[in-house]
Amino acid sequence: MTLEDARRVLGARVLVGGERLDQEVGTVCGSDMMSDVLAFSKDHSILLTGLCNPQVIRTAEMLDIICIIFVRGKKPDDKTLEMAGDAGLVIMETGHRMFSACGMLYEAGLRGGAI
Amino acid sequence: MAEAITLKYEVSPDDFTRAGEASSDVKNKLKQLGFQPAVVRKVSIALYEGEINMVIHARGGVITVEVSPDFIRMELADVGPGIPDIELAMKEGYSTAPDEIRSLGFGAGMGLSNMKKYTDKMDIQTELGVGTTITMVVNVT
Repeated sequence: MTLEDARRVLGARVLVGGERLDQEVGTVCGSDMMSDVLAFSKDHSILLTGLCNPQVIRTAEMLDIICIIFVRGKKPDDKTLEMAGDAGLVIMETGHRMFSACGMLYEAGLRGGAI
Repeated sequence: MAEAITLKYEVSPDDFTRAGEASSDVKNKLKQLGFQPAVVRKVSIALYEGEINMVIHARGGVITVEVSPDFIRMELADVGPGIPDIELAMKEGYSTAPDEIRSLGFGAGMGLSNMKKYTDKMDIQTELGVGTTITMVVNVT
């Protein structure tokens, strides 16, 4: 599945990196706790989160996560978005809640990383 | 790369928005030097966890990274309060981070155990009221 496919499934709006939606994605991690994301995420994943601060970008950067989708209509400030652009990330936002967004992507074929 | 290089960073205390700048810079340099993505990832995650800990618990400190063709050695030295019980601090889920840090997405008690998980060697030297020095090594070969 590409990021564009995931965007379509969630009806998400692209905030940063619209030119990189052809990237393939393998897994998804959904969490507001960056500590857990650091412990369990795989690379080339999507991170679904409702947390909006610069450390979300840093966490994704360290893990080689390629896309962050902010749920519940959350939108980070311009400085955080600029940081995401510098890190080469794709950023989207969707109005869906975490549970629904995870379920929609799961139904579309994406899975979490192996435990 | 033929010779070892040393990178040094001062980590600002209490500036949570800037936490991770050193780790980000190290990651970019290792990528530029051509290290394997798996090695870069392990170093990045372990160092970032350590850097976040320095900001949350230890009023900042100094990070020194020795980069050689065979290994990456990271030293994180702070003059914070020290760790009273290392065994307890290493337990997954144990954290002394305040609620305000949890609201920022950290303090789940995974930091030290994660640092150990992603490195080949980790050593903690700590003294209450004096500070803590954590040394981590990731082997390249």
